[in-house]
Amino acid sequence: MIQPPPVLSTADAAADQPLRVGGMTLTSRLVVGTGKYASHAEMAQCLDASGTDCVTVAVRRERLINAAGENILDHIDTTRYLLLPNTAGCYSPDDAVRVARLGRELLRELGNPGAEWVKLEVLGDQRTLLPDPVGTLEATRRLVADGFTVLVYTSDDPVMAKRLKEAGAASVMPAGSPIGSGQGILNANNLRICMEYLKDGDPNYPVIVDAGVGTASDVAAAMELGVDGVLLNTAIAHATLPLRMAHAMRAACFAGRQAWLAGRIPKRLYATASSPEDGRIGLRADGNSPRPN
Amino acid sequence: MEITILVNGQPRGVPAGSTAGDLVAVLGFAGRPLAVEVNEQVVPRARLSDCKLESGDRLELVTLVGGG
Repeated sequence: MIQPPPVLSTADAAADQPLRVGGMTLTSRLVVGTGKYASHAEMAQCLDASGTDCVTVAVRRERLINAAGENILDHIDTTRYLLLPNTAGCYSPDDAVRVARLGRELLRELGNPGAEWVKLEVLGDQRTLLPDPVGTLEATRRLVADGFTVLVYTSDDPVMAKRLKEAGAASVMPAGSPIGSGQGILNANNLRICMEYLKDGDPNYPVIVDAGVGTASDVAAAMELGVDGVLLNTAIAHATLPLRMAHAMRAACFAGRQAWLAGRIPKRLYATASSPEDGRIGLRADGNSPRPN
Repeated sequence: MEITILVNGQPRGVPAGSTAGDLVAVLGFAGRPLAVEVNEQVVPRARLSDCKLESGDRLELVTLVGGG
């Protein structure tokens, strides 16, 4: 029988490996977006409370009038957080490739190690913000060929996930449910199959659930499936109390991860008593219960 | 003489012979986080001053904003 490793203290029993994605090492398994906060100051507090060390940012046109306003980078410690630029809002591979290159140029100027990274989104329609699978695959190929480390937003379709990995994506990031919808994990079985495909013969391949989180239990549920991380934004930024929710997300991510590593008990239809059957008072001499079963 | 270019989708007149670096300075973006694309090709910051603008050039001047 395999003996578990000796436990030096109860805290050591919770020790974990960092999340490794495309040459980067992340201590936290939460990746947090920087959009939709009421203020940059609130965003900075929430990032801190979430425990994340990787934050997503978007690339947008500079305002040509009143340009002297503050920049989000005035509120993000780029020595503490790895920046992950996204291609949010792109509906074609051409636009996504352009935005990825602009993000790379911005991050290179900053000297941020996230420069060679991109969170690729190629969207199919504005109402659902679901990914365009054909465009996503094409953009993945082009960006990989251009030297990018591609973390790709996709649906929870397992065959698509496999195709994206084959195209060279450093991480496949299936959505739990539509972006910003707060519906949580709608198809846990698809995510299970995605993981089976993506981790087949490659158990350390990182799978990150991107989008759909509404509350802390959604993060825990995703992590309990064995995904390597969760990317979220709106669930914190639009909570009634964002800072408190950021704490909740940190705890949920830890709880879900630990539960996955610990290995849950199987579900059973019938009860199994936690207290001993033997020694109950009033048992008859034959050992049977005086009450009907 | 002035030439007309498109900056973030808006027509704009600049003196003939201007460079992308001149435009960035005039707009007050020197020293700010910024990436520049001319006719859909990124021009690295260090080369903006070598990038001479031509009439009809399409420029995108972008920065980082909050996003998920």
